[in-house]
Amino acid sequence: MELNEFIIGFADQFDDTDSSEITATTVFHDLDEWSSLTALSVMNYAEKACGNTITFDEMRNCVTVQDLYNVVNK
Amino acid sequence: MQNPFSLEGKIIIITGAASGIGRATAVECANMGASLVLLDLNQEGLEKTKELIETGEVATYAVDLTNFDKLSELISLLPNLDGVASNAGIVKSLVAKMSQKKDMEQIFEINTFSHINLVQQLMEQKKLNKGASIVFTSSMSGVYAGLIGGSLYGATKAALAGYTKALALELAPRGIRVNTIHPGMIETPLTKGTALSEGQLAEDAKNYPLGRYGKPEEVAYAYVYLLSDATKWMTGTQLLIDGGYSTK
Repeated sequence: MELNEFIIGFADQFDDTDSSEITATTVFHDLDEWSSLTALSVMNYAEKACGNTITFDEMRNCVTVQDLYNVVNK
Repeated sequence: MQNPFSLEGKIIIITGAASGIGRATAVECANMGASLVLLDLNQEGLEKTKELIETGEVATYAVDLTNFDKLSELISLLPNLDGVASNAGIVKSLVAKMSQKKDMEQIFEINTFSHINLVQQLMEQKKLNKGASIVFTSSMSGVYAGLIGGSLYGATKAALAGYTKALALELAPRGIRVNTIHPGMIETPLTKGTALSEGQLAEDAKNYPLGRYGKPEEVAYAYVYLLSDATKWMTGTQLLIDGGYSTK
């Protein structure tokens, strides 16, 4: 999966965050809407769309959306 | 003074709206000012429901709720919603030892999976407004009481109550509420479709402390209550309407 496609899918897990706020360099833990629920949504998305699982620990260690993409595409 | 039970300005989708509880809910929600999107397999029944509605906007769609692709297409055409009355269902009287896989699939498909799919699609397509209310028609059966021949039916309805708990948690951050209504026997085409004769139904009605089966509108009023802003602080709960049956 290409980075841009991942970013679109990542942004789609949010209801109130404008997708324009989310880029490869976005520090996603700082987003107002980031929560355990959105984290789980992103994990589910990564598994369904990319076929790769990502753990909470791996997610915690990621800072930007690009970092997450790198883990998902490992 | 503003009526806290008013549904003015709300757009509400109702499934199983061609008869029984769904039809009554459509009529009462319209009476309280809602605009309606009515779904059912039965186009003719939907038209009759529409004729009973005196005010407000009403759109009807004949759709098979178990056809997930078709439903997804339909949902993409809908406006954002303030209320969901997820009510469609069937009754199948079958003793447990005769309940085979095809029976399980048939009843779970419509009574449980189609409800879960409806809500999943509405969430995925971001069709639920903040502060919306989702209500499922569960049942007294399977949750508060067991009825002979109702093991599968009760299981499908209990599943909705179980689903509601986590769904309520996941939607709470957006102020979206999720609750279930648990009717006892209601005089609808569904109950007439059970294996019981008219005489047996009349005899069974005597088991209800209030002396009779419920009427569709008596469940519809509960729908109005849970869909209205009067219940803005209620979520993940079960509202039992059973004429006192389960007190015994």
